[in-house]
Amino acid sequence: MSSDDQILEEFTSKEYEHGWSVNFEADEAPMGLNEEIVRFISHKKNEPKWLLDWRLKSYRHWAQLKEPKWANVEYPKIDYQGIKYYSAPKKGGKIKSLNELDPEMIKTFERLGISLNEQKRLSGIAVDAVIDSVSVATTFKETLSELGIIFCSFSEAVHEHPELIKKYLGSVIPAADNYFSALNSAVFSDGSFCYIPKGVRCPMELSTYFRINAANTGQFERTLIIAEDDSYVSYLEGCTAPMRDENQLHAAVVEIYAAKNAEVKYSTVQNWYPGNKDGTGGIYNFVTKRGICAGDHAKISWTQVETGSAVTWKYPSCILKGDHSVGEFYSVAVTNNYQQADTGTKMIHLGKHTKSRIVSKGISAGKSQNSYRGHVKVSKRATHSRNFSQCDSLLMGNQCGAHTFPYIDVDNSNSQIEHEATTSKIGEDQIFYCKQRGLDEESSVALIVNGFAKEVMNNLPMEFAVEAQKLLALTLEGSVG
Amino acid sequence: MISIKNLHAKIEGKKILKGINLEVKPGEVHAIMGPNGSGKSTLASVLTGRDGYEITDGSVIFENKNLLDLDTEERAREGIFLAFQYPVEIPGVSTTNFLKTALNQIRQHRGEKNLDAVSFLKLVKSKMKLVDIDQSLLSRSLNEGFSGGEKKRNEIFQMAMLEPKLSILDETDSGLDIDALRIVANGVNSLKSKDNASILITHYQRLLDYIMPDFVHVLFDGKIVKTGNKSLALELEEKGYDWIKVKHSSLETI
Repeated sequence: MSSDDQILEEFTSKEYEHGWSVNFEADEAPMGLNEEIVRFISHKKNEPKWLLDWRLKSYRHWAQLKEPKWANVEYPKIDYQGIKYYSAPKKGGKIKSLNELDPEMIKTFERLGISLNEQKRLSGIAVDAVIDSVSVATTFKETLSELGIIFCSFSEAVHEHPELIKKYLGSVIPAADNYFSALNSAVFSDGSFCYIPKGVRCPMELSTYFRINAANTGQFERTLIIAEDDSYVSYLEGCTAPMRDENQLHAAVVEIYAAKNAEVKYSTVQNWYPGNKDGTGGIYNFVTKRGICAGDHAKISWTQVETGSAVTWKYPSCILKGDHSVGEFYSVAVTNNYQQADTGTKMIHLGKHTKSRIVSKGISAGKSQNSYRGHVKVSKRATHSRNFSQCDSLLMGNQCGAHTFPYIDVDNSNSQIEHEATTSKIGEDQIFYCKQRGLDEESSVALIVNGFAKEVMNNLPMEFAVEAQKLLALTLEGSVG
Repeated sequence: MISIKNLHAKIEGKKILKGINLEVKPGEVHAIMGPNGSGKSTLASVLTGRDGYEITDGSVIFENKNLLDLDTEERAREGIFLAFQYPVEIPGVSTTNFLKTALNQIRQHRGEKNLDAVSFLKLVKSKMKLVDIDQSLLSRSLNEGFSGGEKKRNEIFQMAMLEPKLSILDETDSGLDIDALRIVANGVNSLKSKDNASILITHYQRLLDYIMPDFVHVLFDGKIVKTGNKSLALELEEKGYDWIKVKHSSLETI
């Protein structure tokens, strides 16, 4: 398979491959956070008053909260006054067509393997590209709008579709939900917005590519996806950042609303800079993602491949409100060196006959710590509901850790919950077997790890699956022997 | 093809191989028999470069190369294949995918191009017949949930696919019923050519009813103490290993 060959080739490249940065002229907020900064951002974006008020309310709430400490991760205290909350490439901003885009920016995305040129793209993937705080380009807008699909930057949606934003913003994740969602609600600068009208199957994958470029900035983007009755959309999210010695904060919010019979598939390949081999630098990835199956027979499926970030705190969740609605969570989280991940999901069963499925594969190497944290809640009303959870951990070496924290609450007597968990080590026997067949050590490990993660990888769209396979191999490079 | 001279090896400080001499030429089949603990499997491990063994003396020349200088995967790519006594399971990796990766790495080593999907499948189809292996088995996770017989057939199938110069079959007959044994043996026989060779490591002679060896060696206490032809295997079958043990233990005490 050519993807396997690519993996092999990539193995030889030692460092984080997206670790470069480009000097865009940037329009930045001064460092620090206060009401003035919130007003500054809102003003920059020329926002209506109701949104500014919403931000300010979020800010005031955040200011009273304490950073959560329950996750199984350790990091030095974050100085929230030492971060720039807004940075926009000067030549980004409003553009009418892709031709107006700064060629430097197009090149940046080409380097990441993302073509913003619609003609050049072979497969049907529409891209929204976000650098630092703002969306710089959205492709295939017109094709999509013929079907009534709205796919644009969040800021644009605020102006073009205020009624939708007003109705759904914060409806799945209230600003006050948690510390990081409150922070995001106060200072979010851009992100993607997507609306699929009733009865429409989105004909192409929609994708947002996030790139942190500037130093000392945080990235706080917001994604909102609304799928009306009987609609379908598959959404992809990818992210990279330059290598920097300081830690950078990424606190995103993703909200998904699925109406009756709607299906939303959300896939993430998270490859933020993980820090160097000694644990210096890297992104703090503190993200809140939640979807609601508001109508009957709705389905939301989260698939994530988490390879990057120094610290990850992330629990893509589903509220299964409609009867017969379905929530799925498929996750591969890989940690190496000094990376720490505390990730998992919440499945909140509210409707009758609701079903959820959790498949989590954690791979720990080096001196990393990898935790699965999950909550399955079945309410009294959610009769005849089912959950199946499977948490598998794979350890490489003897200095890393794998942890599982499953919480299960069931308030009725006819629902069925299953939880399976395994922990295994990559065996010397397995590696010897592969080597005896002619595979070198690195590709033996890549093969074994990809086999371990296969069930999750199979849920990724084809193009993403290849990239994800390469990433797994790269992340674990040099972790054996 | 392979020339083993005065090979001594230790594991965890314990001497297991105490001066093995063995010469295998292309086209030959050698059987190595011996009681449990005589060093048969250690010999297979040392020849394939498994970790944990310390070579304290002797040399192994394989096709004009000093075998002991090569890593496990380099030896494999040079054409040494081990059919495992206990094949390992690799969840989520199909036999087909595994073999494709292995075959392409071996081809790259030889400076050949990777096989495209069509030629690869053709090769799979032609080799499947040799060991009567089912397609569905090949798309399942490698050895996971396979019966003992299926695992051994899969080993011979891999051998057929990778076309090694020297095959070492470590107790391939153990745990096989007569039908499976016949299928495995047929596979080995049909792969035999004047250019390749095999070493059959076995405890019982029954495998040799199906695969005709050119030489039979008896390994005892880390040394080859007797060499003969097929009739030696039959003699061992009849008398057991005790007479060898007695003879050589007594020699040592003298």
